[in-house]
Amino acid sequence: MSIRSVQPGMSFEYIMWIFTRISGLAMILLAGIGVTAAFMMGARTQMDLPALMRWTFFPNPNHVVNSNIPDVAVGWATAFWQIMQMLIIFFAVTHAFNGLRIVLEDFIGQSYLKPMLRGLILLLWMFSLITAVYVILAS
Amino acid sequence: MALNRKVGFFQGLKYQGGGTMFAWMLHRITGLCILTFVGLHVISSFFMQQTGSEVATRINTIYENWVFQIFVAFFVIFHALNGFRIAILDLWPKYLIYQREALWLQWCIFVPVYGLLVFILVQRSLAGG
Repeated sequence: MSIRSVQPGMSFEYIMWIFTRISGLAMILLAGIGVTAAFMMGARTQMDLPALMRWTFFPNPNHVVNSNIPDVAVGWATAFWQIMQMLIIFFAVTHAFNGLRIVLEDFIGQSYLKPMLRGLILLLWMFSLITAVYVILAS
Repeated sequence: MALNRKVGFFQGLKYQGGGTMFAWMLHRITGLCILTFVGLHVISSFFMQQTGSEVATRINTIYENWVFQIFVAFFVIFHALNGFRIAILDLWPKYLIYQREALWLQWCIFVPVYGLLVFILVQRSLAGG
């Protein structure tokens, strides 16, 4: 392992450092909103724990209609939940790929592979986001 | 080189590393595991829905199994709680003097929450899944 060279001042690494903390807190908050809404929609008596976990972490229509609550898809297929879903997935995917970047860069260090790694992670990040938005809107 | 970083794992934990180094390592491991398992699940769900692929269905069946869920719950809850502690201490550095208390508080919250979740998962599976 070698020393990472982070410059003071505004830089990609600094922005991603802040984003990682903010997105982590935001995801906890959004999961809290998901759990609250699930309970309001009947999770206390009509849902088992795995279904509640699916609703909390990613309430897309596929997860929601697989629980045994009648008429639940109607409440969940609204623009509000789709937009909330896209927020969760944006924060989660960016947070995750940034974390992957940090761990891999710690092992690669200063070498010609670093820009190639960043390019590869950028492509995977864009692919994941586009696929997730497709799943949210089209299921 | 002024600093020799070639320290063994147990050496690091015993001297100066302690609970915070253990938490840092676990945070990295759980983060990578979440990325792997959730990413695999997302990709398999996509292919299951689009093509009805058998490999994808098998991956998802493993993912939804209650034993696997016990591990996934550990990864997610630990990463979230540890990350919460790190984020708070990074955004308000003047509370870094309470690092040790924060670590204790984190484990004291984690153990009952995760224990309750494991209990519910095991009980439901024994009662018939």
